[in-house]
Amino acid sequence: MRRHLGLWLYLAFSLVILAVCHYQALTAYAQLVLMFIGINIILSSSLNLINGYMGEFSCGHAGFMAVGAYVSSILNVWLFTSHKVFGPPVLSPSSAVYLFPVTLLAGACAAALAGLLVAFPSFRTRGDYLAIITLAVNYIVKSSVENIQVIGGARGFMGMRKVIEEMEAVWRIPWIMFWILVFTGLTVWVLHRFVSSSYGKGIVAIRDDEIAAEIMGVDTRRMKVAAFMLSSGMAGLAGGLFAHILGYINPGTFTIMKSTEVMVMVYLGGMGSLSGSVLSAVVFTLILEVLRPLQVIKWVVIPLLLILLMLLRPEGIMGNRELTDVFPGLHRWFSAHKGV
Amino acid sequence: MDTLFQNILNALQWGSFYALIALGYTLVYGVLLLINFAHGDIFMVGAYIGFFVAHFLLGTYAFKLPTALSPPLIFVLTILATMALTALVGVTLERVAYRPLRRRGAPRLYVVITALMCGLLLENGNLALLGASRRSFPTLIPPTVYDLGGVLVTNVKILVIIATIVVFFFLETVVRKTKLGMAMRAISYDRMAVPLMGIPVDRVIVFTFVLGSSMAALGGVLFASAYPVLEPYMGALIGWKAFIAAVIGGIGEIRGAFVGGFLLGFVEIFVAAFFPSTLRDLIAFSILLVFLSFRPTGFFGVARATKI
Repeated sequence: MRRHLGLWLYLAFSLVILAVCHYQALTAYAQLVLMFIGINIILSSSLNLINGYMGEFSCGHAGFMAVGAYVSSILNVWLFTSHKVFGPPVLSPSSAVYLFPVTLLAGACAAALAGLLVAFPSFRTRGDYLAIITLAVNYIVKSSVENIQVIGGARGFMGMRKVIEEMEAVWRIPWIMFWILVFTGLTVWVLHRFVSSSYGKGIVAIRDDEIAAEIMGVDTRRMKVAAFMLSSGMAGLAGGLFAHILGYINPGTFTIMKSTEVMVMVYLGGMGSLSGSVLSAVVFTLILEVLRPLQVIKWVVIPLLLILLMLLRPEGIMGNRELTDVFPGLHRWFSAHKGV
Repeated sequence: MDTLFQNILNALQWGSFYALIALGYTLVYGVLLLINFAHGDIFMVGAYIGFFVAHFLLGTYAFKLPTALSPPLIFVLTILATMALTALVGVTLERVAYRPLRRRGAPRLYVVITALMCGLLLENGNLALLGASRRSFPTLIPPTVYDLGGVLVTNVKILVIIATIVVFFFLETVVRKTKLGMAMRAISYDRMAVPLMGIPVDRVIVFTFVLGSSMAALGGVLFASAYPVLEPYMGALIGWKAFIAAVIGGIGEIRGAFVGGFLLGFVEIFVAAFFPSTLRDLIAFSILLVFLSFRPTGFFGVARATKI
């Protein structure tokens, strides 16, 4: 029982949230904020794999998010609903209940493939040049979506709401919240297992010294491909979930601004600290909601925050420590997570 | 045939804008090995400063000058004042954001993040201060259109192209022939040895930022004269394109900035001539991606070997 305490706690927490949402005890706005927190946790912890653990600088996370969002949305709309471009549903709409995670994962796979666009140049270039490549990929993705008129181009794509309605018609639970809880937990768990495995330690070795890592037998190329694909795949997952919250996406959402938001979360939480990423995703989303009335000022505050952070405390809130390092008492409870 | 010449002329004009901005990237990179991501927004700041200076000189504001100046004189004064003021902004940026990091020996990653954020800060600070409404730049040079055998040339276009060529020779002379230029090249060659030789590194770096920012300001005013609409995000995309130009030419090389700028101008104009113009950005960024993957040093760049 104690070995899996973290898991049980998360399950209990999820059940409480689902029950609360189901019986409408939370306002729709509070539910929305909770969902965004979940998505931001996925985004920041997956970007932390690249920007924190691997020490590269990727600033195009929103591009991969866009790939995931569009692919899973289009699949869902094509398969389960009647749409004026894609025609009548291909499968029975009620099967969305089982196949929703499959289409989400398909979106994630597409995003992971897009991650290869960044992974291959990263063999030869590092640091600021790689930063530009990621940025270029972000622009390329956004620009390509804008140029494909079938999926709405710059006007955006909608119709995902109907998919959720089909699912709710089968079984009335807050589906989208359910899947966000599942995938947020899964992402954090997978990343945690990955970076604390002996295979995953190769990523930290690349950050510390790439040449030394290569000499010590880390296959740096393979490691980079794995890290970029995992990270961008998870961003795609977050994008897919994000698309289904509001049921509408447009390429203007996935700009460098969005990437910057995620970057701020990573650096605020601390490079190479998973619990820091989770913590800062929660804090940052709440701060954003508080600042929402100040639309424009918000975008002055966020860059300023990051500049000050770089000047005064570049290691972020947590540095590269985990919560269990700050409060050693937690080890007793979460020993299973440390692989002991 | 006429459209071909017209396109070539347009490409030269756009290439000039790219080249003027790309210079700032290349100069700073040559000295500091830092990509000053805020440079595109310095261009935007330059255009805005030019807007205010021009209106001030025209006497649109409450404060009136004792004598009314003739428009060409106002144009020249605007350019000079804008270059000085924008250089001040660039130097401030260096002083406040980059220098403390450099002094502490912070990893380059932190400097890159800071630069990116400074750019966003300039854009959104402008948006918050001046509002989202677009401003139109006053017409300082009355537009004249010359008809050269079917090819239409405006005087602004000629001015832009000539200014860029003059700037090229000016900078080549500064970097190759003067002591400061020699110091700039020395710093990029060996960061450790240069201070030991008694060269004031910080002063050289400030000079580099002055050069880069004032060229961006020149570009900003010329751009605003050719396309008189100002908005806070005008520097973002053109800044990135200019950066692509700098990379294609080989970042750190002044010749490279010009060749890259004109090349990108040609590619974009001719892409827009044959394909839908919405594909322009897509193609520019794809070129960057291909270039960086296969020849990260560009045309003129020399690969730096890393010693273990």
